[in-house]
Amino acid sequence: MTVSWLHRAATLSLRGLVAFGKFWYGFIIGDDWTVAAAVAAALVVTWLLHTAGVTAWWLPPLAAVAATGASLRRISR
Amino acid sequence: MINPAVFATTFLAAAVEIVEMVIIVVGVGTIRGWRSTLVGAASGLVILAALILALGMTLTLVPIGVLRLVVGSLLFVFGLQWLRKGIRRVAANGFRGMGARAATDDDIPTHGMDWTAWLLAFKGVLLEGLEVTIIVVTFGAAARAFPTAALAAAAALVVIGGAGALARRAVERIPRSALQLLVGTLLSAFGTFWAVEGLGIAWPGADLAIIALAAWYILAAAAYIGRLRRHARQPTPQDKLVPQKAR
Repeated sequence: MTVSWLHRAATLSLRGLVAFGKFWYGFIIGDDWTVAAAVAAALVVTWLLHTAGVTAWWLPPLAAVAATGASLRRISR
Repeated sequence: MINPAVFATTFLAAAVEIVEMVIIVVGVGTIRGWRSTLVGAASGLVILAALILALGMTLTLVPIGVLRLVVGSLLFVFGLQWLRKGIRRVAANGFRGMGARAATDDDIPTHGMDWTAWLLAFKGVLLEGLEVTIIVVTFGAAARAFPTAALAAAAALVVIGGAGALARRAVERIPRSALQLLVGTLLSAFGTFWAVEGLGIAWPGADLAIIALAAWYILAAAAYIGRLRRHARQPTPQDKLVPQKAR
């Protein structure tokens, strides 16, 4: 009785965890991981340039447009 | 006694933040449905109220930079997803899809909570609400007119929130493909702005940079739509073979 209750609870928790992970994956990564990776890389480089005293606010919008263009090109092929 | 200078300054400063909050809520609500969006916005307000009650004047100690970076980065990548979808839809179908959202739209659940809409509204309201609260605490403390500053922020919320509610009908008349493109553009612009601000970098023109960012993403979207349409009109190798076979 206790074992089956524990087993059900574990299954439900695992399902919930998988659903939670899927939600965040869809929210952040979506259908093309390269765009999220480009954004993350652009923000890191922006921060590095900023700490080196270089004006870098222009980098993320430029990287975002370039990554979006590359993603659209791949899809339209 | 109301201090007119503090009231006007706080009202305007808070209004800028609340406009951003209302744009996100109206845009997300129109595209993904209102129930989950409004529940998300209400959840953001409840957490904000709890933070205000718990922290009071020490709310300025909340690491707003880290919050901006996290919320901004998430909005940034999510906004780009919608921008990409909007570009592809407009390139394929033009500005179609007037009226209420279809149940088959994207990954919107037909029943239960739409957690994407909930999260977008929640984050927008919590971050902007926190910024408004910090404005109230800062201006109120500096001028020793805390009640006036709080009243001004509340007035800004009522005025801008009311305008947003009135604008809802007009926004719903925008073709769906165009709206997804527009909201994707705005989420990307807000996300870029907050993420970079969260890194401790100041934008030239402060909050006005959001308008420039939105214009930048709209220009890029227009260029990509044109390119996708040209690409779609080009005959494929199979198309070129058909007339020869017919002969």
